Amino acid sequence: MTATTGFWADPRLRRFRPQSRHIPVLATLALIVGMYGAGAAQYRAFSDGQVILNIFIDNAFLLVVAVGMTFVILSGGIDLSVGSVVALSTMVSAELLEHRGWPAFIVLPVVLAIGSLLGFAMGCIIHYFEIQPFIVTLAGMFLARGLCYTISTSSIPITDSFWTSLAQEKIRFGGYYISPSVVIALIVVLVGIYVLGYTRLGRSTYAVGGNPNSALLMGLPVGRTKISVYTISGFCSALGGVLFSFYTLSGYGLYGVGLELDAIAAVVIGGTLLTGGSGYLVGTVLGVLVLGLIQTLIIFDGRLSSWWTRIVVGVLLFAFILLQRIIAIRKK
Amino acid sequence: MRATLSTMSKHRLFWPVAVLVVLLLSNLAFTPGFFRIEVRQGQLYGSLIDILRFGAPLILVALGMTLVIATGGIDLSVGSVVAISGALACFLISKEADQNAFSGVVWAVALSLVLALVLGLWNGLLVAGVGIQPIVATLILMVAGRGLAQLITNGQIITINSSPYEVIGTGYELGIPIPVYIAAVVAAAAVLLTRRSALGMLIESVGGNAEASRLSGIRARQIKLMAYVFCGLCAGIAGLIVSSNVHSADGNNAGLFIELDAILAVVIGGTSLLGGRFSIGGTVLGALIIQALSTTIYTIGVPPEITLLVKALVVTAVCLIQSPAFRAKVFHRRSRPPAQAPADEQPKVEVPV
Repeated sequence: MTATTGFWADPRLRRFRPQSRHIPVLATLALIVGMYGAGAAQYRAFSDGQVILNIFIDNAFLLVVAVGMTFVILSGGIDLSVGSVVALSTMVSAELLEHRGWPAFIVLPVVLAIGSLLGFAMGCIIHYFEIQPFIVTLAGMFLARGLCYTISTSSIPITDSFWTSLAQEKIRFGGYYISPSVVIALIVVLVGIYVLGYTRLGRSTYAVGGNPNSALLMGLPVGRTKISVYTISGFCSALGGVLFSFYTLSGYGLYGVGLELDAIAAVVIGGTLLTGGSGYLVGTVLGVLVLGLIQTLIIFDGRLSSWWTRIVVGVLLFAFILLQRIIAIRKK
Repeated sequence: MRATLSTMSKHRLFWPVAVLVVLLLSNLAFTPGFFRIEVRQGQLYGSLIDILRFGAPLILVALGMTLVIATGGIDLSVGSVVAISGALACFLISKEADQNAFSGVVWAVALSLVLALVLGLWNGLLVAGVGIQPIVATLILMVAGRGLAQLITNGQIITINSSPYEVIGTGYELGIPIPVYIAAVVAAAAVLLTRRSALGMLIESVGGNAEASRLSGIRARQIKLMAYVFCGLCAGIAGLIVSSNVHSADGNNAGLFIELDAILAVVIGGTSLLGGRFSIGGTVLGALIIQALSTTIYTIGVPPEITLLVKALVVTAVCLIQSPAFRAKVFHRRSRPPAQAPADEQPKVEVPV
């Protein structure tokens, strides 16, 4: 990537030449600008800033889940259990609040602990017994869904005052509003960016994802990093589940079916390499934004049916994976 | 007696067979007539026949998955392919003037299978041609495929009323359901192709080490491509059976989670997820175990949702037993002391000699 020909030959321009690891994120950014521009040009109401804020309000839980997924994918793994853990969290919250009458301030830590514990257990099995993350988290996915159904097979509405007040709360500023969930999601993103960029855990996550053997030879705690990453993902899924129960005010075992795919798609579209070792949380935020924009555009259009969302997401996934592949080949 | 037992338990298929037998026998305690097979109007009826009949789509999908996993890959898109092929067949038949016309049904079935082949080819090209990791490459079709299936059905459940098409899923011949024949034929073809020709060995070689196989003159890419195409075809046939069984195509729910069950069946059957060794007989047994498990849970009267919990425990246990690291950590500790003891005694033995 040091060839200086063509457009970048000019030394004044070379300073602005994007690094190859930034290209996927920049491509996503360009995609968002393009999609937003196209939407704004076609529909007058689309240019309203509230449209963007609504995307965040509707996808706050996905954002939190995707942050956890980013950690896992950066470390070279994958977590298929996130959707079920989201469902389990809504279910446990609803059960404890409504049927057991536990207060909200006890339920919250319990739910988050359950999610983290599940992630921790999966991380331990992956690391100590050297089983592929894919199959371990698949088992975790079955387990969490199964646990949901042992609680109840039907939907449980939540009427707890803390939950309803958070669900109805709107944080207003200058004519716009966001929900508390968005604030929580953004805090999670900021903490995630800090951890990935400025702590030992974050740096070793990149190192383990880049090459676990080199990381081990460098003396990095590979095992601890792997287990931490899955614990973080479990925690984020549980928190995502809590945010989802704020959004729907109910618990149900069928929530979040296929959510793991959306989270993986958001991470990949956000430019994180699926082989691990390269990517940014900012990209994941942009990836979630892309998914939200697709949904919004299709709703605004009105003629296209919702299943086009899946097809467009599939096409985008393909495009970005191909882009990653091309960058990887050019690096060689 | 003891010797035969220990040689039997060393056979690769011993554990799957044992699990299946225990599962089926445990049903006797709850439903005394579990093994009874009746003949009604020239057709066989009974729980065992039901397990075979409803297990047929899973067996088919798992067969394709076995070859893909044996080459060191994985195919997550089979559920979507099941939905797409069923959707296309039902869509084509619903457009016919006479839904009962034999030629129209053959045409619809053929087109659906061709589409399934093309989808398998797409996966294969991404994995073997472009060099994308299998999980990721097939994830694309898994996500987009459901959308495609709904595009074909226009988001609705297409119901058809075509007697030739219904034969595929609900028909009987010589008292045995047609899906069982289809699964048996495909399984036999797979066994013949892989074990009576060099193909099976080539697949195992590619799964063991694709680069080394390529250097020793095996066309690793073609072998991988072929595995994905076969997997697509199997999923396509399964999709026809599933949709024919319910006389309709549901783009959303047809074949939902079948990829997970198929992977589970392959793993239970003793095929390593790392690729290399595979066992088609084991896969068929694995698929039957999963179907028997579902049936058992229904007949015992436990809420069917518990199936997921049981599957989670089964998959964890099987993977742990397969994992060399787990065996080393858990079983070695016990077997090491006797191994060391003779080493200590050796000098004592040598002295008198």
